[in-house]
Amino acid sequence: MSLPTPLRPPTTSTAVGPIAARPAAPELRNPPADYTYDGSFEGLLTVLFRIYDRKSAPNSIQPADAAQGGLFVQPVAIETDETLATRTWDGLVRFMPQEARARLYHVFLSEDAERELLIFRYADMALRTGRDISENYADATVRRCQRLAQQLFREKHRMEAFVRFEKAQDGLFHATIEPDFDVLPLIGSHFTKRYADQRWLIFDKKRHYGLYYDLTRTDIVEFETSGATLRRGELSATVLDEREPLFKILWQAYFDHVNIPERKNLKLHYRHIPRRYWKYLSEKQPRERRFEPIKNKRGPNAQAALPGPTPPPSGEAS
Amino acid sequence: MKRAAFTVDEVVDLTINFYRRNYIEGLFLSSGIFSSPDYTMERLVRIVKKLRTEHNFNGYIHVKTIPGASPELIQEAGLYADRLSVNIELPSELALTTLAPEKNYQEILTPMAQIRDGIIQNKEEKALFKKVPQFATAGQSTQLIVGASDENDLQIIKLSDSLYQGYGLKRVYYSGYVPVTDDARLPQVTQPPLVREHRLYQTDWLMRFYGFEADEILDPAHPYLDLEIDPKLAWALRNRHLFPIDVNVADKAMILRIPGVGARSAERIVQARRFSSLTKENLHQFGVVMKRAKHFLTCRGMAPATLGELDEQAVRRQILFGGKAVRSALVTQQLDLFAQAG
Repeated sequence: MSLPTPLRPPTTSTAVGPIAARPAAPELRNPPADYTYDGSFEGLLTVLFRIYDRKSAPNSIQPADAAQGGLFVQPVAIETDETLATRTWDGLVRFMPQEARARLYHVFLSEDAERELLIFRYADMALRTGRDISENYADATVRRCQRLAQQLFREKHRMEAFVRFEKAQDGLFHATIEPDFDVLPLIGSHFTKRYADQRWLIFDKKRHYGLYYDLTRTDIVEFETSGATLRRGELSATVLDEREPLFKILWQAYFDHVNIPERKNLKLHYRHIPRRYWKYLSEKQPRERRFEPIKNKRGPNAQAALPGPTPPPSGEAS
Repeated sequence: MKRAAFTVDEVVDLTINFYRRNYIEGLFLSSGIFSSPDYTMERLVRIVKKLRTEHNFNGYIHVKTIPGASPELIQEAGLYADRLSVNIELPSELALTTLAPEKNYQEILTPMAQIRDGIIQNKEEKALFKKVPQFATAGQSTQLIVGASDENDLQIIKLSDSLYQGYGLKRVYYSGYVPVTDDARLPQVTQPPLVREHRLYQTDWLMRFYGFEADEILDPAHPYLDLEIDPKLAWALRNRHLFPIDVNVADKAMILRIPGVGARSAERIVQARRFSSLTKENLHQFGVVMKRAKHFLTCRGMAPATLGELDEQAVRRQILFGGKAVRSALVTQQLDLFAQAG
């Protein structure tokens, strides 16, 4: 484990009040340009600053390593500047309420292919409209931002529920996830509050980094490719706590036993627990032993009663 | 029937180990009665107390109180549980006395009132003092079984309504009856009444989030919910003189009553119409189900609905079968069963 870096949400240096008097929006009168940046949120905030600085609207904004330019396009490479990023972040709240600004960060975390232009368009519209636009759902940009933020929230919510820890011999609780969006920065506070007295590590296998809580603070951690016990963030069976397999089986037994066959509704089940998440859910793993729903539900006569005509009225009871 | 039980320590050990692995969000604690109500309730209280005070269990806890347990034990359970529930089980008093002889209404309503007063008192104390012990901060709920006794839907929703109004319940859960054994004294049913259960939940939502009164949805002349169509649509078809609603000017309360418009789309409509006059496309983008809604609303660029010219049956048929309408397999299946039974 190495490189403890602070959690990524940008920090606000000063508390800025509700939407106050605003400077006039600068006109983007120079020819539009294609921008590239380093792929970080601070980098994108720097790009936003430069756009108004250069008065040159973006044709495209792309991470440098993913940039696809046309044949004759010479992109403008923007270098990330923490000071400008903070200034931009603080400045945004003059044109939109805190929640709308947070939504832009969530749009960024969605990793949507158009996220950068969406964030620019939203910010630019907020800049030029005299009032809060976050409820203007008839507008495509507002609606798209709202939608992405909602999807991200749903994914965050799912990850708070779908993380399955395994306990190691040294007391570390470890989990692997592959969320659709980059939600680790958002779920940290939930798990820190929930498991304040146990060390835990949640590793995002898709994005190759993790969150580690050491009983005092929660940090972003990255892994060298050849760790002995934490091979690419996965815990090998040899270092598991000796009671770990037992609890896994007990949990599976519980899961199987509470099933009510009469209420089977797979469509609903898949909607709440989509199959792509099953890979890391202990209760969805192949069973060494399959447990039956509780046996005392129906006696031997039940079959005969099933295909019969109208059930007798309940008044006959007792 | 043979019964089995966990010891207090077994439940605590299992729960805390499931919790620490994030298998579970919380604990729903319930029990059959052993020896006496107080003996049983005391064990439940011991479990939640241990989890909270000795094992740092921060998850959600819902304790189903044991009928007949003493007020002191219920009070203590509320200190550790987020939610308490007192189950009604069978909705009509008559059914209650024949099918669950160990229960009576006083045993249910007295603890409900106690929990209600405890929650109110706790809120008042919190406003006055900094450090006050919690008491059932997520409120109380109840569950009732539908389809095991012969009360009608009107009686059920009137009962729910009085519980929401009079006892401040957070939720009433409706559970379609599934027989646990085939004891001949228990009612026999071929399939749980899932559609009826679903319609009751829809009605419950209409009362809690859509501003409907129980009497508007059902009345003594129509004591059962329509299984084919949802209760809001059924209400709208009976009150066609109130429609169509112009979503660009109508009150939110009325927009909420348009079939096919949910609480969220209603919110979006009243927010977004401050920016521009809304079109049919906008409504669709907000999640309005136009298949139902188009008969009951108007907006910019939309011809007034044909409602006035069509009779109730025609609109109903069009919504149910018109165009590419697909009825859920569940409804079809259960209606077929009804047809067979009738």
